[in-house]
Amino acid sequence: MKVGTGKSILNGIAIGKIKIYKAPKLEISGELVKDPQAEVARFNDAVEKAIEQQNVLYEKALEAAGEESAEIFSVHAMMLEDEDLTDAVHEVITRGKHTAEYATKQAFDNQAEVFAQMDDPYMNARSADIYDIEQAVLNILMGVDTDSMQGTEPAILVAEDLAPSETVRLDKSLLLGMITREGSSNSHTAILARSMNLPALIQCKEIDDSWDGKMAILDGYNACVYIDPTADLLETLTARQKEDEKKRALLQELKGQPNTTIDGTTIKVYANIGGPSDIGAVQVNDAGGVGLFRSEFVYLNSKTYPTEDEQFQAYKLAVQSLAPKQVIIRTCDIGADKKVDYMELDPEENPALGYRAVRICLTRKDFFKTQLRALLRASAYGNLGIMFPMIISLRELNECKVILAECRKELEAEGVKMGNPSIGIMVETPAAVLCADELAQACDFFSIGTNDLTQYVCAIDRQNAKLEPFSDTHHPAVLRAIRMTIEAGHRHGIWVGICGELGADLTLTETFLRMGIDELSVNPKSVLPLRKQIRSIDLRA
Amino acid sequence: MKEFNYVVTDPVGIHARPAGTLAKMAKGLESKVVIWKGEKCAEAKKLMAIMSLGVKQGDEVKVTVEGPNEEADFATVETFFKENL
Repeated sequence: MKVGTGKSILNGIAIGKIKIYKAPKLEISGELVKDPQAEVARFNDAVEKAIEQQNVLYEKALEAAGEESAEIFSVHAMMLEDEDLTDAVHEVITRGKHTAEYATKQAFDNQAEVFAQMDDPYMNARSADIYDIEQAVLNILMGVDTDSMQGTEPAILVAEDLAPSETVRLDKSLLLGMITREGSSNSHTAILARSMNLPALIQCKEIDDSWDGKMAILDGYNACVYIDPTADLLETLTARQKEDEKKRALLQELKGQPNTTIDGTTIKVYANIGGPSDIGAVQVNDAGGVGLFRSEFVYLNSKTYPTEDEQFQAYKLAVQSLAPKQVIIRTCDIGADKKVDYMELDPEENPALGYRAVRICLTRKDFFKTQLRALLRASAYGNLGIMFPMIISLRELNECKVILAECRKELEAEGVKMGNPSIGIMVETPAAVLCADELAQACDFFSIGTNDLTQYVCAIDRQNAKLEPFSDTHHPAVLRAIRMTIEAGHRHGIWVGICGELGADLTLTETFLRMGIDELSVNPKSVLPLRKQIRSIDLRA
Repeated sequence: MKEFNYVVTDPVGIHARPAGTLAKMAKGLESKVVIWKGEKCAEAKKLMAIMSLGVKQGDEVKVTVEGPNEEADFATVETFFKENL
């Protein structure tokens, strides 16, 4: 038995096989080949396999999410059958004596570029499809099996680190737990783990490729992982895991109960979600609404600018399926640690203080309007709230509102139906806290983003694991900033919530209630434990 | 050779899925089926080529069908356009 240690993200136990998750680095050589016919055959074979894969994905998606979501895979299969595309690859191989990999990259990139250049946003978006199938063919040619990167059965995933875009793409039904060598307790791995109630270990330096496929126990209570555990240990920790499950079942009894303290104070408990795939979790955990819908997934999941229609469909799905519950969607928060290639953002010395979120939106107005139009259209289908991130001044909020009004006017002229979404801001900068009085008069709600607020108030980079000894999530300055924000909001008659990680910190629930918080938005899995905590508090005491 | 003109009514034009279905169908026909948008044309069995025409809602296309079995193939193709595009 081997033991690895690290920092635990969640008290829980995961038992299962280890799967080493390694992102492939594809290096395509420009070397010439002696036998082009063999390369043509390799390519044809790879295409055939790629088509099969797409068909399997289609069947899977059809069963899980229906025809509309599955359609894309049948289109991918059809694209792979296109003669012009395969002919172009054959041509590069036979004329240029290039490898199948090189030819695939060249011909598919060309086709993607053709679509990207067309004067039609729908066709532009198809270039992402070409890149997708190109990757599928290259993976087959180069022996990279992406399915096996995550495996086909539920496993404890072990990785160096996980980028935000990678965590978005993981098949969550196959995750038992996560272990990474890097990462801080506020990294994306950690946030994902908390949101899915998955035991996770970060900063585990013992990680080794030889662990792959071995039986393991991830013990979140003791911040360690046992590889090839002894029978005794397996028995003890399996019993502990069962106990945890029992506790979880007890929480289920809290469903349908109000979030009311013993003395009769009721607040809203909402859920934070990262995309339409989390809608189920909102309902299962009985959240009163969605307090933070991170719209980044539409950008991170895409290889080019997502169209208005693509965004509209995603927002509509969430708003419509949760109606009449409120769904608060945060506008684009790209920048800092969340980057996408197609936006061509310059590298920055100090990205957390840099060109991000609403700062990008206010300088790239057309980009912003695409999202705002999609949101306004979705507002016709339920109870939508629009929330602007990273606001530091009333001027910025007013600019956002002017652009929103412009979009509304356009849509009215086009005869499109819309609802009346409420407008709010994330309070996550010290500037917003200090200007809360002015800001409260210009919007309908505040939602305090404690992750960034803590980082900015304490000047502590939340991605830097070395700074953990200095960071104090309960720092009095942060708690005072929260209190000031709540008081300013209430002075002007708007509700104030918290949507950062701190909202789920049960040791602070009473503190927040005493400050007069109106809403706490937490990961879906934290909704019921938080409800239990609220119901045990007596504010008269 | 037989031909017909058709105004595309689908809101996204000849998009990927119907183009794919069309390509599949055209591969099974004996006739050569060509779609014309102005001066540009594409063989119906070639998906990328059809998509690259960039046919949008309201655009008029001309479709030509030529081959030994063109009577029957013409009817098949015309029905497809009416039902899917």
